[in-house]
Amino acid sequence: MEIWTVLLIGVLFGVSFYFLLSRNLVRVLLGLLLFGQGVNLLIFTSAGLTTGHAPILDGSGNTPQPVADPLPQALILTAIVIGLGMIGFSLALFRKAREQAGAVDLDQLKED
Amino acid sequence: MSNLLAFPIVIPFFCAALNILVKNGIFRRVLAVVGTAATLAVSIALLTAVEASGVVVLNAGGWAAPFGIVLVADRLTALMVAISACVGFCSAIFSLGDVGSAANRAGFYTFFHILLGGVYGAFLSGDLFNIFVWFEVMLVSSFVLISSGGSKAQIGGGMKYVTLNFISSGLFLTGIGLLYGKAGTLNLADLALKLASPADRETMLPAAMLIFTAFGIKAGLFPLYSWLPASYHNPLPTVSAVFAGLLTKVGVYALIRIFTLVFPLEGTRMADLLLILSLLTMLFGVFGAATQMDARRILSFHIISQIGYMTAGLAMGGLGGLLSSIFYTIHHIAVKTNLFFVAGILEHTSGSGVIGRIGGYWKTRPLFSFLFIVPAFSLAGLPPLSGFWAKLLVLKSALSLGFAVTAVIALFVGVYTLFSMIKIWNEAFLKAPPTGDHPTRRIPLVFFIPVMLLATLTLFFSLIPQGLLSFAEAAAAQLINPTEYINAVLFLSR
Repeated sequence: MEIWTVLLIGVLFGVSFYFLLSRNLVRVLLGLLLFGQGVNLLIFTSAGLTTGHAPILDGSGNTPQPVADPLPQALILTAIVIGLGMIGFSLALFRKAREQAGAVDLDQLKED
Repeated sequence: MSNLLAFPIVIPFFCAALNILVKNGIFRRVLAVVGTAATLAVSIALLTAVEASGVVVLNAGGWAAPFGIVLVADRLTALMVAISACVGFCSAIFSLGDVGSAANRAGFYTFFHILLGGVYGAFLSGDLFNIFVWFEVMLVSSFVLISSGGSKAQIGGGMKYVTLNFISSGLFLTGIGLLYGKAGTLNLADLALKLASPADRETMLPAAMLIFTAFGIKAGLFPLYSWLPASYHNPLPTVSAVFAGLLTKVGVYALIRIFTLVFPLEGTRMADLLLILSLLTMLFGVFGAATQMDARRILSFHIISQIGYMTAGLAMGGLGGLLSSIFYTIHHIAVKTNLFFVAGILEHTSGSGVIGRIGGYWKTRPLFSFLFIVPAFSLAGLPPLSGFWAKLLVLKSALSLGFAVTAVIALFVGVYTLFSMIKIWNEAFLKAPPTGDHPTRRIPLVFFIPVMLLATLTLFFSLIPQGLLSFAEAAAAQLINPTEYINAVLFLSR
């Protein structure tokens, strides 16, 4: 399964960098969004994928079957929350920029 | 005693919470000064604690490393926290005159406290993912501070700042993901043990390069510095002074920490790369400054060129290189913040930061002019000021290790910096004002006190450099031989 997630990560990174190179602010925002998702998926994949196992021990405290590593899940959860805040702020900022410049083009935000 | 480590983080966040609860403007201003003063007192206590026992460790939440998150202070951390607390305290005083009641109502001080808390957190954390979280805390509040005000220039500068820093955080997180996949830990001390052999580090080169790029963007290294001069001259002077003093230096600190502890640079090709980038950073910074006429823009470009000196010290390595890097960083934080304060005062008293349009301060404000000379000539590296000792250390290690080109460029950039400082001096202070009327507006005491305090600190580093030198040398020794750090985190703190 790793090969598919790795390919998906590649696609997400590729698309996000293509968007980030644009001067259109909406595309830049989409690029940032996809970049965040690609990174989260990368953490998840590189820490090792396990199928059908819970990230918890059974009641006796030992591990009879393989367990999923809970740490990357916690890391991604944190990263998703932070990403949400960042995207929310960027969205507000970009909207403000559009109000100021009347356009969604970076070139028009130069100082006069 | 190790609980001391929590206070530089707890105090700012407590103050931020109080700011949200209490709407009274005067209370918020008093709290800013009291809170930063309390952090300063704690940081000095931390400095003495580290001086006594080497490395202080706190297992947050009672989980021992490497499973829980650790806060660690070695000498470098303690030094950085202390100088940052000085900057925080001085900025709080400066903000009393600089931050209007509208900005105060809009919650300026909430983000000010959170920003400082994030900076201290990034210094103190001993866990890579936790460092990422503190970076984000710091960034989100700096996003708000840099784009609040909402003029076109501020929004435009804010956008570049936000986008590039967002990308840098993403690269950092990618590096963290790869590193965790290989090593199964993110605790810095544990990582240093797991990646102890050069062959293991070689396989983690992609992660190392991603983290290097991410910190390089945050520190303002060539060629990824363009966000800095585009955004630093726009916000309130207090904000740009704090940013100029602290934010890029957090990037430098992170570079020093990761690339001495986890990926030692000594003898790798990354060291060469960092040295070349540092030299280009120095050169492009001063060349950029030469074409600018706005005081804060000139100073922004000089942040970049000075960052080059700090990372050049790291790249050259050895005790001398790291010592010069640490000394340079500490000296630079005090000097640069002070110069941004002065630029802010110029803007407040004559309504413009463009040095061609103002002038005449030497005639009517001689004491203030003298207070500009101290940090400005220190930045340029004139003896006997602190910048001279800092540059001397860089030159000394460059010459003793055989980096002749580095030495030449460091000298050239020093001269060029002097040229920029003399440009500001001639235009803003010496020449008669183009409008004919000399600036006669009184400079409020709240502006004078922080400039005076930081100038005194600079003079202290200049005239009695032994104190800082010996402490920085001990800090560099701790970085070169990280056994003490690793033992303190992994074995002694249980």
